Amino acid sequence: MVSRPGAKPIRSGPSSPGPARRVVSSFSYALVCAGVIGLLAVGCSRHEPAANLVIINGAEPESLDPHLVTGQADGRVAMGLFEGVTRYDERTGSASPGLAERWDISPDGRVYTFHLRTNASWSTGEPITAEDFVWSWRRILDPATASEYAGVLFYLKNGEPFGTGKLKDFSQVGVRALDERTLRVELEAPTAFFLDLSGYQPYTVVPRRMIERYGDRWLHARPFMASGAYVLDFWRLNDKIRLRRNPHYWDVANTKSEIIDMLPCVVATTAFNLYQSHQADVLWDKDLIPPELLDAFRQRPDFHVFNLLGNYFFRYNVTRKPLDDARVRKALALAIDKQRIVQRITRGGEPVAACMSPPGIANGPLLYQPPAGLGYDPQKARDLLAEAGYPGGKGFPAIEYTYNTQESHKKIAVELQEMWQRELGIHVSLRQLEWKTYFRAQSMLDYDLIRSSWVEDYNDPNTFLDLFMSDNPNNRTGWKSPAYDQALRRANAEIDPATRGRLLRDAESILVEDQVPVVPLYFYVGMEFYDSHKLTGIYGNIRDEHPLRTIHRLGETRVGSLRR
Amino acid sequence: MYFLKRLAFLPPLLLVIAFLAFVLVRVAPGGPFDKERKPASPEIERALLARYHLDEPILKQFGRFLGGLAQGDFGASLKYRNHTVSDIIAQALPVSMELGALAFLFALGFGLPAGVIAAMGRGRWSDYSLSFLALLAVCVPGFVAGPLLVLLFAIHWQVFPVALWGGAMNAVLPTVSLGLYFAGKVARLTREGMLEVLQMDFITAARAKGLSETQILLRHALRLAILPVVSYSGPMLADLLTGSFVVENLFQIPGIGVFMVNSALSRDYTMVVGLVLLYAILLLLLNLIVDAAYTVLDPRVRHE
Repeated sequence: MVSRPGAKPIRSGPSSPGPARRVVSSFSYALVCAGVIGLLAVGCSRHEPAANLVIINGAEPESLDPHLVTGQADGRVAMGLFEGVTRYDERTGSASPGLAERWDISPDGRVYTFHLRTNASWSTGEPITAEDFVWSWRRILDPATASEYAGVLFYLKNGEPFGTGKLKDFSQVGVRALDERTLRVELEAPTAFFLDLSGYQPYTVVPRRMIERYGDRWLHARPFMASGAYVLDFWRLNDKIRLRRNPHYWDVANTKSEIIDMLPCVVATTAFNLYQSHQADVLWDKDLIPPELLDAFRQRPDFHVFNLLGNYFFRYNVTRKPLDDARVRKALALAIDKQRIVQRITRGGEPVAACMSPPGIANGPLLYQPPAGLGYDPQKARDLLAEAGYPGGKGFPAIEYTYNTQESHKKIAVELQEMWQRELGIHVSLRQLEWKTYFRAQSMLDYDLIRSSWVEDYNDPNTFLDLFMSDNPNNRTGWKSPAYDQALRRANAEIDPATRGRLLRDAESILVEDQVPVVPLYFYVGMEFYDSHKLTGIYGNIRDEHPLRTIHRLGETRVGSLRR
Repeated sequence: MYFLKRLAFLPPLLLVIAFLAFVLVRVAPGGPFDKERKPASPEIERALLARYHLDEPILKQFGRFLGGLAQGDFGASLKYRNHTVSDIIAQALPVSMELGALAFLFALGFGLPAGVIAAMGRGRWSDYSLSFLALLAVCVPGFVAGPLLVLLFAIHWQVFPVALWGGAMNAVLPTVSLGLYFAGKVARLTREGMLEVLQMDFITAARAKGLSETQILLRHALRLAILPVVSYSGPMLADLLTGSFVVENLFQIPGIGVFMVNSALSRDYTMVVGLVLLYAILLLLLNLIVDAAYTVLDPRVRHE
């Protein structure tokens, strides 16, 4: 990039210093002017009131349209702007009344009737009606919207055929406005976790008027029409997102901070420096906390660790030999000392995982009891491998473990490689891929073993288990089991929570004890920095939900005093 | 005439560059919508590709892109779906240009005097120390210099903020981190140029004429000595104005440099092509300006 310009035709001529000198002096004059202007421009820019709350949110959101959002950082902002019939409680993260004040559920669990609040209104003051919900849900399901999360609405009756373009007539989809304030929702099956789902961003209500008028750029149009606690003041990419309290929000009385700034940041040191120098109140992206520093961080009172519903695992490509043999898959799983991985590499107090469903996950009103899964048993692993025809690892074909470029993934890969070599006498080579290439390799089944992870969409084991249904595009193992599909379908058709819990457990047992197309390694924990003496309204919960509306600095009056 | 000819070459050259960027980024494995979780059905994925016309043959896509370009439209970003490429450039480029201009001034402001002083004191203490500093500035990359500056000036002495953009104080550390390398480079170029020129006959003639040393240096020698710096300024300015991935990330500055790298990593096809074109235009234009400056500075150079 830095090179001298190409050859120039050069011709000598008589020197004419007169005009040249004039140009030179005007050139340097221009330089000085540019410098002065530049300094002035920097000096004069930005006169914005200080925010009442500043949060380091992680990577810059790709979108704030709740129907297009895919990342967690994005969702955390979008959920402040838009709300559904339910919303999440700040302490438990479970669904509580949102824009609907109450609902009735039919005895068979398939029909929900939501009654919207009389004071449910857009930030412009106009009422939010049941018809707005119908339009919003139609919008996200519509293939033309191309929402990557539309599948979350496939639980609605005929949601899937409409969402995949097979059904054109939306009136057959199970959502209808009975009147201005009554929304009737019909589901394909009794869905135990539907209230959780209905608070999730794909189910939020979005402003038809703005979207029809401004298309993809509707978030930049004004007046901003929000259905949630905040309106979008501005969004400058990689600079900040500024939110302002929505005066027409139904629960404005309990919306604490007047102005919230969400700062994007992807460099761990920068994020920590900003937090440490009091330029931010909260740092809540786990990716910004390097494991090497955890020993020091965990001593600090403002560092908070909590369990959440997410796991780290690896997939087998069961279409390749010798991984098509369940004994081989189990042998590799049994040879892993997971305790060592969480103690030496991740170091955040992560619980080791023997099943896909994280501890504390709900099954309706009950706590789900997952199967025991496979433990650490090298002897049994060797026996199984011998049984499969590879005693002591002899004759075992060359296989590869694939992961995407990141230090901690690499460390785990090396650790696994070492364990398999030591316990089973087999050599697994490592393959590191750049992340888009890695995702493509995963979906094309271009791998033997591949690092994976999953974080819940809602608080129910199904969010982890339905991935491995035969026709789920996220399966990505090549593993298809009619028995598993049937077991999970039966569980989800069941209304009685106790019976459903048993059926779910049976299904999961096929996945993690019997067939083992995946090997769970550990469960994620959430990590956040905030000083409880200065900040309140934020609570660690397994859903990792931290609604913006309740978080505020202590000692700051409700009518946002601007102290900074 | 010569410059007109070169200007006329620009559009076809840019077209070739755009086409190469357009094809190459699509050849890379993985696509903009390959993510941790796939949509719940292949139909949704198809709808997604269809929406951005990524399911069409590549030449048709390129034709579509050119059609948009004719109306000044680079298309929508595939990563930031609510923003167009033009939106992002309009938001981020001015920030990078501001920072780049400051770093450019810093580089010249420190590099030129340092080079002149070093050359004047050739072989003496001032020469050695300045040359060493210049060498250091060139050798220490931004991702080392930046954190060191933050550690000393923002955390230890708390003179400047640790990061973010907006006020004059915020601009100081990024400017130095970004400009340091170029300042070192300029100092070295100036020193070498100066030493070379000072041995020329016309300098001896000027001395014989009885001009003062200052006059000789600033009026006669410097004008020729900075020619290498001028020719280096074109690519340097193009580099600086289009932002720096490292410095912008480190100081959380909303510039275009971060997008240059990330758009390629996230296979944001439209963004990559838009930014490559932007960079190409800047580089070509600045080189043209440098060549024009040559004719002014060096009386021996004249273009037809």
